[in-house]
Amino acid sequence: MTPRSRLHVPSPPARPGQEPDFSYVQISPAGAVNRPDVTASAPDIENLSVELVRVLGDDHRAVGAWNPHLEPAELQVALRHMLLTRLFDDRMQKIQRQGRISFYIKSTGEEAVAVAAGMALQPGDMLFPSYRQQGLHVVRGRNLVDLMCQCLSNTRDMCKGRQMPIMYHWGKGNIFSISGNLATQFPQAVGWAMAAAIKGEDRLAASWIGEGSSAEADFHYAMTFAAVYQAPVILNLVNNQWAISTFQGFAGGEHKTFAQRGPGYGIPGIRVDGNDFLAVYAVTQWAAQRARHGGGPTLIEHVTYRAAAHSTSDDPSRYRPKEEWRSWPLGDPVTRLKEHLISLGEWSEGRHGELHKELDAHVTACWKEAESYGTLTHGPTLDPATMFEDVFKEMPPNLVLQREQMRALRSARPEEERVAPSVAKEG
Amino acid sequence: MARMNMVQALNSAMDVMLGRDPRVVILGEDVGYFGGVFRVTDGLQRKYGEHRVLDTPIAEGGIIATAIGMGANGLKPVAEIQFADYIYPGFDQVVSELARLRHRSAGEFHAPVTIRTPCGGGIRGGQTHSQSPEAIFTHVCGIKVVMPSNPYDAKGLLISSIEDEDPVVFFEPKRIYNGPFDGDPHKPALPWSSHPRGEVPDGHYTVPIGRAEIVRAGKDVTVLTYGTMVHVVEAAVRALAIDAEIVDVRTMAPLDVDTLCSSVCKTGRCVVVHEATRFNGYGAELVATVQEHCFWNLEAPVQRVTGWDTPYPHAFEWDYFPGQARIAAALKEVMESA
Repeated sequence: MTPRSRLHVPSPPARPGQEPDFSYVQISPAGAVNRPDVTASAPDIENLSVELVRVLGDDHRAVGAWNPHLEPAELQVALRHMLLTRLFDDRMQKIQRQGRISFYIKSTGEEAVAVAAGMALQPGDMLFPSYRQQGLHVVRGRNLVDLMCQCLSNTRDMCKGRQMPIMYHWGKGNIFSISGNLATQFPQAVGWAMAAAIKGEDRLAASWIGEGSSAEADFHYAMTFAAVYQAPVILNLVNNQWAISTFQGFAGGEHKTFAQRGPGYGIPGIRVDGNDFLAVYAVTQWAAQRARHGGGPTLIEHVTYRAAAHSTSDDPSRYRPKEEWRSWPLGDPVTRLKEHLISLGEWSEGRHGELHKELDAHVTACWKEAESYGTLTHGPTLDPATMFEDVFKEMPPNLVLQREQMRALRSARPEEERVAPSVAKEG
Repeated sequence: MARMNMVQALNSAMDVMLGRDPRVVILGEDVGYFGGVFRVTDGLQRKYGEHRVLDTPIAEGGIIATAIGMGANGLKPVAEIQFADYIYPGFDQVVSELARLRHRSAGEFHAPVTIRTPCGGGIRGGQTHSQSPEAIFTHVCGIKVVMPSNPYDAKGLLISSIEDEDPVVFFEPKRIYNGPFDGDPHKPALPWSSHPRGEVPDGHYTVPIGRAEIVRAGKDVTVLTYGTMVHVVEAAVRALAIDAEIVDVRTMAPLDVDTLCSSVCKTGRCVVVHEATRFNGYGAELVATVQEHCFWNLEAPVQRVTGWDTPYPHAFEWDYFPGQARIAAALKEVMESA
């Protein structure tokens, strides 16, 4: 050892051209982890932050204390939600590649994280997602046309053309607005939950953050405030191994699990197989029951893998093995739930094929309808003057003036110049 | 009516609002049991309980973020940032979240948060307890920025801010918490009890956001100023044989262009005074606005009197502070140019 300090610069186990290596992922056998009472004290259940809660075994059977014992009909609904999320993502990616929307983010491989949590919570619970939990909208019954119209910034866009694609919100569905600045939603969810407790309401908040952005101060704010006030909030950390090109080691994942940060704050930390629908459901249900009984927050680390590129602007073949996702030891959440249902005698490849066809046709029909409300290049468009609305509740004089100036400029321009230029293709 | 200093007036505003509206909550460092380092929230937790007046961790970003979450869940949070100098850890939550939530969600979500924060120097606070960062916040679309200069306005504007459905950053010039300060640190401090604006109604009233006030009518020159500097300007004008019209801007955003520019068009001369640094300070916006609206009425170049473009020095604050002498010099300059 040389007598001087030196930096440790984390490096992922495999780069392009190398064999994928996930030996660093500590995996407990399905059914092996104990399920404590929801009133257990955080220090007594620290093992949950190191082990990995799994229900679905390699034989696709549900085992152990965490098995939520859902009815087959519920599991079929779950499979439907997850498959719909995947097909919706696949379609939107293609549409982006055709240059018809500017940007997209898929959740491929992470569908269980959002769908299972969404199903385990109550409709009145408030969700503060990051940008890869579109499954929450699907679970809560959002019309896909609404999501597509947002991506198109068309006349039916919920954001009125103000946000990049996928920055959805849904007031009625209790799903908060996505910001685009990472991690900011985490402490906001805590504040929302604190308000619910102040008002004496039986509602809780749940938020999602990536392992990468858990390095932001906002994560620490959220954990501190949640712990201090024992806010009824579920803090989900989605460890999908990659933050664009940066592997989880750069967020501190080499030294401790992300779930282990929970006990450091006095918050239970649970590490769960994020590709196991039943495990995510059970852990969310546990955390929700705990919060509703005054037990305060839970940090859940969802161990999963970002099978897709970070976004349509990203090319992961430049920084990780091309087919790395095929080696991911926790498999594909859709396939695993499908195989589980088949093993129960409640599903078949034939029915799966039918469902796939049905949902694909549904996505096609939704896209057709969405396009009829306009695209960035064709059809009806929103009045650009709407950009001056909602800056404040009442428009102040300077904005009224600027809106008039913009309108005057537009009406002075010849018609052909007013048509929006085509969407720039991203690299 | 009662005699109140600014601390009492602000306390009274929150007391009135906590009593009237169950959605109002106070949060911040030391604001609860202790009542705030400047005593602005004194007694409120005792009266309204610790679910309405919350002591928080020392985390400005966390205070503002949780206030946003509370606001989105139907409460009307009043967050105290103990010194304006400490607000920067929460800046992202103000700029990227609080200011734009309504717009980005097309009106579906909003967070009616009031952020109170003491600002300004003259209290031997050095570079971390003396700043006046109002201009930084006025550059962010979607928030209102307010700075009162007396107890009456402080209470009325704070009630307006809490009642407002949009976020407000409410700056409190701490040098005048206990009395109007004319810029001379060697003179004994004056109390608010001898100032007409130290008369404050006990109950509910508002001073509208977005309205400036002419605090001294005059015909020779218009002085645009706010906060502590209103009193320094008044003293400087009293000492000169100049009939200046003094406008207390009160609300930096939205700006009351009509009141300001009508005055400048009438007098034809203008001096802008603020304590904050000069370069790209709020005065630059005032000067630009005056130029746009009053150019053909101006008899002389508009002057700015501001803090120097240095951090606020601990030992030399009276060299830094734009006191009466610098204001007088600018007034003479603007009166003498033809």
